[in-house]
Amino acid sequence: MRFERRDHRPLALVIATPLIAVAVALTLAGGLIALAGAPVFEAFGKIVTGAFGSRLALTETLARAIPLTLTGLAAAVAFRARLWNIGAEGQLYLGAITVAGVSAHLLGGLPGFVQIPLLLICGAAAGMVLLLIPLWLRLRFQVDEVVTTLLLNFVAILFVSMLIDGVLKDPMAFGWPQSVPVTSEAMLPKLVARSRLHWGLVLALVLAVAVHLVQSRTAFGLQSRAAGLNPAGAVFAGVPLGRTLVLVAMISGGLAGLAGAVEVVGVMSYVTTELSSGYGYSGIVVAMLANLHPLGVVLAALFTAAMFVGADAMGRSMNVPSYIADVTVALSLLSMLVAIFFTQYRIRR
Amino acid sequence: MSENVLNIANVSKRFGTTLANDDISLTLAKGEIVALLGENGAGKTTLMSILFGHYTPDSGEITAFGQPLPPGKPKAAIRAGIGMVHQHFSLAPNLTVLENVMTGTESLWRPASNARGARAKLMAISDRFGLKVDPDARLGDLSVGEQQRVEILKALYNDARILVLDEPTAVLTNIEAEGMFRTLKDMAAQGLSLIFISHKLDEVMATAHRIVVLRGGRMVAERRAEATSKAELAELMVGRAVHRPRREAATPGEVVLEAEGLTLRQGGVERLKSISFRLRAGEVLGIIGVSGNGQAPLAGVLGGTLRRSGGDLRLFGQPVGHLSVAEVIEAGIGRIPEDRNHQGVIGEMAIWENAILERLPRFARRGLVDRKAGLGFARRIIDGFDVRGGSPSSRVRLLSGGNMQKLILGRNLIEHPKILIAAQPARGLDEGAVAAVHERILEARRAGAAVLLISEDLDEVMALADRIQAIVGGRLSPPVSADTANARQLGLMMAGEWDESMKGAADAV
Amino acid sequence: MSALFDILASAGLWAAVLRIATPLILGTLGALLCERSGVLNLGIEGIMTFGAMIGWLAVWHGADLWTGLAVAALSGAVFGLLHAGLTVTLGLSQHVSGLGVTLFASSFSYYLFRLIVPIEGTPPKIIPFQPLNLPGLSDLPFIGPAFFTQTAPTYLAILLALLMAWVIFRTPLGLAIRMSGENPHAAEAQGINPMTVRYGAVTAGSALMAMGGAFLTLSAFDSFIPTMVQGRGWICIALVVFASWRPGRALLGALLFAFFDAFQLRLQTMLTGAVPYQIFLMTPYILSIAALAVMARRARVPQALMQPYRRGER
Repeated sequence: MRFERRDHRPLALVIATPLIAVAVALTLAGGLIALAGAPVFEAFGKIVTGAFGSRLALTETLARAIPLTLTGLAAAVAFRARLWNIGAEGQLYLGAITVAGVSAHLLGGLPGFVQIPLLLICGAAAGMVLLLIPLWLRLRFQVDEVVTTLLLNFVAILFVSMLIDGVLKDPMAFGWPQSVPVTSEAMLPKLVARSRLHWGLVLALVLAVAVHLVQSRTAFGLQSRAAGLNPAGAVFAGVPLGRTLVLVAMISGGLAGLAGAVEVVGVMSYVTTELSSGYGYSGIVVAMLANLHPLGVVLAALFTAAMFVGADAMGRSMNVPSYIADVTVALSLLSMLVAIFFTQYRIRR
Repeated sequence: MSENVLNIANVSKRFGTTLANDDISLTLAKGEIVALLGENGAGKTTLMSILFGHYTPDSGEITAFGQPLPPGKPKAAIRAGIGMVHQHFSLAPNLTVLENVMTGTESLWRPASNARGARAKLMAISDRFGLKVDPDARLGDLSVGEQQRVEILKALYNDARILVLDEPTAVLTNIEAEGMFRTLKDMAAQGLSLIFISHKLDEVMATAHRIVVLRGGRMVAERRAEATSKAELAELMVGRAVHRPRREAATPGEVVLEAEGLTLRQGGVERLKSISFRLRAGEVLGIIGVSGNGQAPLAGVLGGTLRRSGGDLRLFGQPVGHLSVAEVIEAGIGRIPEDRNHQGVIGEMAIWENAILERLPRFARRGLVDRKAGLGFARRIIDGFDVRGGSPSSRVRLLSGGNMQKLILGRNLIEHPKILIAAQPARGLDEGAVAAVHERILEARRAGAAVLLISEDLDEVMALADRIQAIVGGRLSPPVSADTANARQLGLMMAGEWDESMKGAADAV
Repeated sequence: MSALFDILASAGLWAAVLRIATPLILGTLGALLCERSGVLNLGIEGIMTFGAMIGWLAVWHGADLWTGLAVAALSGAVFGLLHAGLTVTLGLSQHVSGLGVTLFASSFSYYLFRLIVPIEGTPPKIIPFQPLNLPGLSDLPFIGPAFFTQTAPTYLAILLALLMAWVIFRTPLGLAIRMSGENPHAAEAQGINPMTVRYGAVTAGSALMAMGGAFLTLSAFDSFIPTMVQGRGWICIALVVFASWRPGRALLGALLFAFFDAFQLRLQTMLTGAVPYQIFLMTPYILSIAALAVMARRARVPQALMQPYRRGER
């Protein structure tokens, strides 16, 4: 049995790939649900209704999709240039705490329409800086950025925890430590009243389109794609590899930092160490499910958010641990990898 | 010569749509040296890879020493007494010579390697065949010639009685090659049977007892060496009267590119040592040398991907500092890279994207890529340079080697460059593509471009170049005029033997 | 200053060093074995987590401690097989496949754990490995309590490090593994199947990783908490580079690292209030990054690491 490289990738197969991957993941997840002793189809039904079945569910799913879209974009942009940014989780937290600190101590008095964009920029900048450190280590010392971005996640979260315990502590909160909140002017208005869904959704969608346009229409997009596909060929053609990677890192880190910033000004208003339920890591799965395509990221984020929200609801009413969502998402990644392989290779006897 | 030790019968092998080997039969007698001759893509390496078990044939049988050979397993081939010296060495630079040789020779269940016994056996073989090595040297520290010796010793260590050598002199100087063939003849005299793959007619005629010619996957002829001629072999290889373009007489113009004392230091090693040359408009300056002597660093410095450490460079009479790739292209310099797959193109990107990537400023307005202009540019290259196998938006990976090279040439020549730096432009191409590439280079020369041709192929350089300099160990010999030079002299230059007093003489030509 | 000396002079510090080092030794050895054959296994964090969970679960259900360790090793081998299938047979990106295995193994371990063990105030405990009393050695003054009051798995880990050093550098099997990681085509040309070798190395390496995780729940502590591995897997990956892919140096590197960790823990209790505890907790990760920066360029990386081997493609 041999694998032979395909010359052409049939479009139907390419579109079907994520769907097949998700189907396989859901089937395996069904097995795990059965292991829990719960009726499988009823459980899936509860997941769907939990994600989409009511106004509350729908807004919750969309709200959850916002940070996932942003971290998904962050991963997609980086991976396309073969920059392995696994540090979105830490970049997210750093963006969040920067926003809280800046709003509470610096810009608090400014009106919303001035303050919010500034805060978002600050959050993005924090994420950028965190990713530029591993990139510098790669360019200067040839250190693989996978491990350094991963290790910095822990450092960043500890750093945030330190600030929340100390300088940025909210003196009025009792119980769990949390940061000072952003001022009320700095909160994003809601898209749907009495829900958690805010204008961050529009921002995320706009950014997805923007990233797509940059990647497909600009010279920078062409160069970063070349750098990811064949660095030696890109260098020969005069693509400034270092400069291109720096720009890619700024965009990727910025998007991840933005994810944290948006969570603060859109939903939470303050920062705790529980702000993110693994959005940074899930963003990688989102990016892979979307085959690194920015517009696909939106759909993949929606699916992933639905999984999490639905499984939460299902887990509360049936006796299935809500970790089933994490398992399903992880399985989707693995089956997506295999599915991508079969779009590129066919089996030959 | 006596009984047959090897019998290859009706072997065929298909890769996708290509029939690489078509019903080939071949025998080898004890103590015989057979040369497998053919141009690139004729199927020689495929056939030998099948023999050694790297590939499984679709049909056919192989018998070695009277026993049928189980296909597709290198282990079986080794056990049957067949050894292979690969063109791209099957060696690990990070391991020592002894470790490279010992790999796979002991049972994996042994709790401890018998290094002492292995070392003794290796040194005995080394002495017997006159192939000197240091068993504890790290392989990556050895010269190419020494590494090849290890590759051969590996096969002999496994008690090979049939030895297959794939292009054994591709990376050797003339002197080293002569030594290699003396060793091979000595081995044959000691009872080994040898097959070597080559496309160099001189060495085939001088060393082989029998010559088998492959063309298009088929065996087209078999000759005894004394009963044939270079001309006949060349024609058999290509299938028609061979005609490679030759330059016609021309008078060169003024100096457009001049290097004086160029040096390059990379990772603590002097890659280029005081390189000097003068390149004139309307001429081809050939830089001849065995690969690995500084060609890639030289092309890199001139092409903008490497920064020189010292020395002067004058472009159209003006001194220049380090030029980036964009500046090099802007200045009207075209570059043909040595490795077209890794450097020349981005395989997964479209033809039009590959066509414009190195000249993006021309095809991008305010940062946005002008897709329509790019497609048009690619279309003009495809039409003007006979690039077959794809449209402007199809992926470059699908093109054959020859068509890829035509694309690379085309995207440079369509802009009428004043200078063309071509590194190994015809490497790995079949005769038809080689002729096309050479014709384009001569066309550029006729149009007044200055061409720096870096090549390891003596025939190519002698046919195309007006003046020739040899590159050895990062140094450049003084130029000689191609009209007066002969193969013997050039061979000596390639081995580093030249007369420093010749400097300046041919520059005045 | 005398306070620092007090820390160094306490046998408790050195005992802690060996205890903290054990999961790092096992994890690093496991990662090293995978990488020597040419495969980067980023599933380590998840495999260690799952190993911690399943080993503990087995003992909680009545198995003895060594069986628990064996169950963990087996589970690691299974995940290793998965990773090998994706990266060796299919030749998928070793980065993404490894991350996928980590995400899957950790989330699967949490799911199983939550399914079987009900949520209570304090997590349930088992009786972990007890310190092994080595007659004569354990009674020596200072050296006894410092170095010879460890549990059996710790001594096992050290022995495994020495064993692996022997295997990799002195046996034909080790040479086959190294050749598969340096030039798989050369291995194939010498009659070795690099794919089989890689499967074996990744499976065995992953078993070691899982054992490292199980040490946390069966020896160092006595219960399983979902986030207990805390990035140790990534630290092991950094330590492999720091050790230049040599088992002996991996042992030393893990000990050195554990020393800094044990030291900073004791420093923490001394300096509470003055320095936030988070700073101390950060040091292991920052040290790992620094170790990488120092060694990455100098270390002789196996040349075929991360390159999928496809038969017949040269």
